[in-house]
Amino acid sequence: MKLSYTKSNDSLTVSITGEIDHHTAQSLLSSLSALLDTQHPLSIVLDFSGVGFMDSSGIAVILNCYRRMKELGGRLEVVSVANQARRVLAAAGLEKFLKISYT
Amino acid sequence: MKITNEMKLTLLSRSVNESMARTAVAAFAAQLDPTLDELGDLKTAVSEAVTNCIVHAYPNGLGRVLITSKIYDNEVIEVIVRDTGCGIPDIERARQTLFTTGGPERSGMGFTIMDSFMDTLRVRSVVGKGTTVTMRKRLNVRYRSAQR
Repeated sequence: MKLSYTKSNDSLTVSITGEIDHHTAQSLLSSLSALLDTQHPLSIVLDFSGVGFMDSSGIAVILNCYRRMKELGGRLEVVSVANQARRVLAAAGLEKFLKISYT
Repeated sequence: MKITNEMKLTLLSRSVNESMARTAVAAFAAQLDPTLDELGDLKTAVSEAVTNCIVHAYPNGLGRVLITSKIYDNEVIEVIVRDTGCGIPDIERARQTLFTTGGPERSGMGFTIMDSFMDTLRVRSVVGKGTTVTMRKRLNVRYRSAQR
């Protein structure tokens, strides 16, 4: 699991590379939380173009990030989601309240 | 239905083995020439079932996760994920969407995803003895298309 980010004004784009499952989700959650604590973005874009697989642990990661941004009065967007992860997000109904775009 | 092929895999309940478990079942299923969507659904369901064993079955240490996969002559793949851990006291409650006793990295969507990504899902559990999850999916989209 690799994570890199770029910041432009108050917007943070975080690119995630690898597979998101229970094994990788805890470190991903910690890394995202640390980024929010240090960068204080008003909006965050999670770039999933490098995510080859995601199970329901990814839902928890996105929801945790969403809650944190909501507390801070910010916005969250998930972009470049591949089909396998799209089906997982759809099963959880995240599309109903999150801005998500697909590959 | 007649079994045409079978594989068995035993893993320790270490989270690093989740990836290996889903990849092994997907590799076994590849002989049915599944679509990418079918393969993705299968991998996701296996990942959820194995994660449940790792997170819930052995909360105080390591145990064994036994995965059996069978291919039937009607293009059905069956995956059985079994543990000999603490068991589930209330299966109906555990299967409810968003119910979880796990940490912040858990969403309570595991059984919901297994249910919606596979054709059938059966959960049997005895407290103190373990849990067996049996899932089936027919991988025949390409086969059916060829018959039309």
